[in-house]
Amino acid sequence: MTPVISARDLSVHLDGRRVLHDVNVEIAPGEIVTIVGPNGSGKSTFLRALIGAVPLTSGRVDRAPDLRIGYVPQKLALDATLPITVQRFLSLPHRIGKVEAAEALARAGAPDLATRQLMDLSGGQFQRVLLARALLEKPQLLLLDEATQGLDQPGSAAFYQRIEQVRQEMGCAVVMVSHDLHVVMAASDRVLCLNGHICCQGTPEVVADAPEYRALFGTGTRGALALYRHKHSHSHDHPHDHSHAGTE
Amino acid sequence: MMLDDFMIRAALAGLGVAIAAAPLGCFVVWRRMAYFGEATAHAAVLGVALALALSLPILPAVILAALTMAWAVTLLRGRGYGMDTLLGVMAHTALAAGLVAVSLLSDVRLDLMGFLFGDILAVSKQDLGVIWGGAAAVVALMAWRWSPLLLATLNPDLARAAGIDPRREELWLTLSLALVVAVAIKVVGVLLIAALLVIPAAGARGLVRTPEAMAMGAGAIGGLAALSGLWAAYLFDTPAGPSIVCAASALCLAGMLAGALRGPR
Repeated sequence: MTPVISARDLSVHLDGRRVLHDVNVEIAPGEIVTIVGPNGSGKSTFLRALIGAVPLTSGRVDRAPDLRIGYVPQKLALDATLPITVQRFLSLPHRIGKVEAAEALARAGAPDLATRQLMDLSGGQFQRVLLARALLEKPQLLLLDEATQGLDQPGSAAFYQRIEQVRQEMGCAVVMVSHDLHVVMAASDRVLCLNGHICCQGTPEVVADAPEYRALFGTGTRGALALYRHKHSHSHDHPHDHSHAGTE
Repeated sequence: MMLDDFMIRAALAGLGVAIAAAPLGCFVVWRRMAYFGEATAHAAVLGVALALALSLPILPAVILAALTMAWAVTLLRGRGYGMDTLLGVMAHTALAAGLVAVSLLSDVRLDLMGFLFGDILAVSKQDLGVIWGGAAAVVALMAWRWSPLLLATLNPDLARAAGIDPRREELWLTLSLALVVAVAIKVVGVLLIAALLVIPAAGARGLVRTPEAMAMGAGAIGGLAALSGLWAAYLFDTPAGPSIVCAASALCLAGMLAGALRGPR
């Protein structure tokens, strides 16, 4: 299948420092890919390279013709001097009607927020509004940069279930960066382990067993992953092992 | 005819500048560019000196100087100095060098106060045409680039993902700023142009819920300030430009108080 987006021999330098080198990735339509890696491993930079926000030192990014991208940034520093309602924010850059906005908010799990000020939202509400805005682009590719930052574990589990639902409904490919290793890996078709370059990749099980991954994250994840796979349709209290040494 | 009255011409000039400054002033506030506006305005003095020295028309020389300043600031950005330091150096250098250059052209020394503080009561019909032409161009530019600029201001990466180049949008903003500086010189003078950008927008902030409403509110405050400032200048025989800025400050304070009384929003 023709990939929606692909990176070939991609290298990026920021402020003279080599952040990414020799990255080769193809994203197929409809697949959910998670990028894991330690702090400073270039995860966010990789997503920003895909949207064209950082100059490439070498290599190239190829997009499918007229590719529509929905992007949810890691952090959006809101300036208190800029008054803006959720409805108006969703209408950037293209005007959308109230009905369409309400639909997108409902799909992102944030109904009834349209008239609120962006500044007044909680972290979780704001992430869902960002997701709603990304969905309004009717994306063929959804890029999420640590979208669950500031959410607790049940909150992020619910968020990823929503992403999977969105993928089923809209058929978009999803590439996400996350720190919630177990949760996110279980929700993925493929995991890329990034540390300047791609150390290893494959299904969540394959990556969790890979020596390169264990060198970065330790061995604790395997059991938690199995537990998660087993339990995640229930809403018991969370049996995850939080002592995953080496994660952030 | 009506335009033969200098007070009418002054009022129309003030209104034109207030309307052009309103949407731009909002971006100056949102993007924390107040000192950038200041530096661009001060560079206009250099433009005036250049125009006098080479017997060029003042307007294009001022636009050129303002754009050059904006370009220089952009080049030096992110080279180890804080933006406020950089702008402090550039703004005051431009002002001082401009004043020195103008003084070397000794026959025009008398006009200096007019450039520094404006000379709105001496606005001619031709000046009025330039002011309203420039204001119309700025408002049209702002209306055209409004949504992409807004998105790029909120988050440059969101703009990128939507196929908008944030740096190109910044260029439109810079161009508008240079235009506003050029047309506002006659009205409030180089030293107070930045005030006309920042103060009405700041006054409108507490009263509104959307970016568009803030631009409208800034326009209303700016327009009202121009008219009441002129009236006060006439009544108390005070300089017109500073009187307009004082009126804007009073309205801004009223807006802030009203916003605070209505609670956070």
